[in-house]
Amino acid sequence: MSGKLDKFCLVGAVFALLSLVFPLSGVDPETGKNVAFVSDLPGLASAMVACVVIGVFFTWSGVTSVLRGSIILLVVIYGAWQAIATLYDHGLAGYASYGFWMFIASLWALVWRGIDVIANYRTLDQGKQQTANIIVPLAFGIWLLFLWEVITAGFGVPQVLLPAPSMIGVRFVNSTGILWDDFRQTFLKAVLAGYVLGCGSGLLVAIAVDRVPFLKRGLLPLGNMVSALPIIGVAPIMVMWFGFDWQSKAAVIVIMTFFPMLVNTVSGLNAAGRLERDLMATYASGYWSTLFRLRLPAALPFIFNALKINSTLALIGAIVAEFFGTPIVGMGFRISTEVGRMNVDMVWAEIALAALAGTAFYGAVALAERKVTSWHPSFRVRRH
Amino acid sequence: MTLQAVVNNVAPMPASKDVVVDIQKMSLTFQTADGPVYALSDVDLTINRGDFVSFIGPSGCGKTTLLRVIADLERATAGDILINGVSPRQAREDRAYGYVFQAPALLPWRSIERNVTLPLEIMEISKEERVKRAHDALKLVELNGFEKKFPWQLSGGMQQRASIARALSFDADLLLMDEPFGALDEIVRDHLNEQLLKLWARTNKTVAFVTHSIPEAVFLSSKIVVMSPRPGRIIDVIETDFAKDRTLDIRETPEFLEVAHRVREGLRAGHSYDD
Repeated sequence: MSGKLDKFCLVGAVFALLSLVFPLSGVDPETGKNVAFVSDLPGLASAMVACVVIGVFFTWSGVTSVLRGSIILLVVIYGAWQAIATLYDHGLAGYASYGFWMFIASLWALVWRGIDVIANYRTLDQGKQQTANIIVPLAFGIWLLFLWEVITAGFGVPQVLLPAPSMIGVRFVNSTGILWDDFRQTFLKAVLAGYVLGCGSGLLVAIAVDRVPFLKRGLLPLGNMVSALPIIGVAPIMVMWFGFDWQSKAAVIVIMTFFPMLVNTVSGLNAAGRLERDLMATYASGYWSTLFRLRLPAALPFIFNALKINSTLALIGAIVAEFFGTPIVGMGFRISTEVGRMNVDMVWAEIALAALAGTAFYGAVALAERKVTSWHPSFRVRRH
Repeated sequence: MTLQAVVNNVAPMPASKDVVVDIQKMSLTFQTADGPVYALSDVDLTINRGDFVSFIGPSGCGKTTLLRVIADLERATAGDILINGVSPRQAREDRAYGYVFQAPALLPWRSIERNVTLPLEIMEISKEERVKRAHDALKLVELNGFEKKFPWQLSGGMQQRASIARALSFDADLLLMDEPFGALDEIVRDHLNEQLLKLWARTNKTVAFVTHSIPEAVFLSSKIVVMSPRPGRIIDVIETDFAKDRTLDIRETPEFLEVAHRVREGLRAGHSYDD
């Protein structure tokens, strides 16, 4: 017996023990009877007992190794599986009561402790460390989805308010055709075109602004004003100007992404130090030579900053702009129409798609940044 | 037309081919919001080919400014300056000098080799030639084998040596060095001083070297220019005649101490104006 008790395991054990005692379900108003009892569900009961056992064991002996943390996670996975099975296979959905929620609380305490151990895992072995680094956010995400699932199912939350993730998943898988069309329309056409045009023109204008002093004084304040324009106001006008198809959405994105790129690049071009400029002067380096050899490379961290900001702005812009008129395809169009038809699971499937696309887009830009500016102090450490 | 008239019409030529820097009655005044600042006043200076000239003086005496004027990074407000017989601007455009700054100023996104080849790239020299010259320059500063490293992977002393290699890479005859070892500890500084001296003896370059260390100035130089502040001016020029292959041991000889004493006296005299 070690000196200190492991509080999370203790909480997990206590809640698991209570879940065995408290009623698992509420009363079905039609039959006037409880829907389910723990004693009828050997799977769930065994999971609860397992939680009690490992909770008690690790309360005293401590979760001292990754192996022990993994054992806890395995037990939690088994428990989560049994909880879901009980909800859907044994009619507990909508009738879950104290016992069930205490079991969830027990799982929560245990999973917290298990992930905590893996999150604090430090090793010099690159492969193992990376696996541990991936497991933590993955386990965290899966746990949140699980909570979402059991809460919506257990309390019987109406589907219109919040569908369960499994429902959204099913809808996602069954409508890949529509989702792909929407993705192609909104992302591959509007977002990419608008992003490239907006960022590209922002970069070029920034170089011009840097070269010509009156543009700096005249255009930058104007630019700040335009960047403060709400896109909700601009989007309908762009639809009038450029038509219903993706071009008007690309135009909205150009407006949104142009100024972050402009402002960031202008300050980036001034990032090269006095010393480095003097150095280039001693070589009698011309304007363009200095621009490409010194100032643009020095501005790269700023430019990538704008590229990352813009990657998320572009998707928002495209989806919102589609609310104002679009051919009958597109992520924004789908969201606005399906919400009207109460097909909330489809809306959530589109949201999930947008989240996936946005994350992948941002991730790709961040990866490119890491490759291109690996010399920058914020990435350097990894190369040692 | 008489012969005399022809001679008078000819543009002033340097006194001899061996004068690298010729400064006469040069002044530099910065206009600031608080009124004019007299950075340099009435400076006369001649640097001959093969000289190692140190500029020494307290902060604010204009020694760095003087070096920057020679490099055409600042413009004199009065007087005449000729570098290799032409204006500083022309000399800069001819790439007549290599400049070593107080900090290494290596570009972090370039490897050591690509930092050294940077001036060669700007001068549009072919790739093979660039690599060859970088190799030679890095060898001169004993940094061969570090071509593929990035600046941050090197110590401060090594970074400064890389920046010297960069200044050497295009083989300018004149080397301008602005307190290049000021940020380094004394052991590294001694070592680099010896290396620099060897390099100077071997290549027969002309070096203008700014420092505020008396031993450094006396050890390195063939000519020591003592300066004083407000306004920045030259108060003494001391010629030394230590052997070109001298080592750090000469710092204990009476001759060395005598020169160091004279430098110190000069600096003290310059300071007494402040009181």
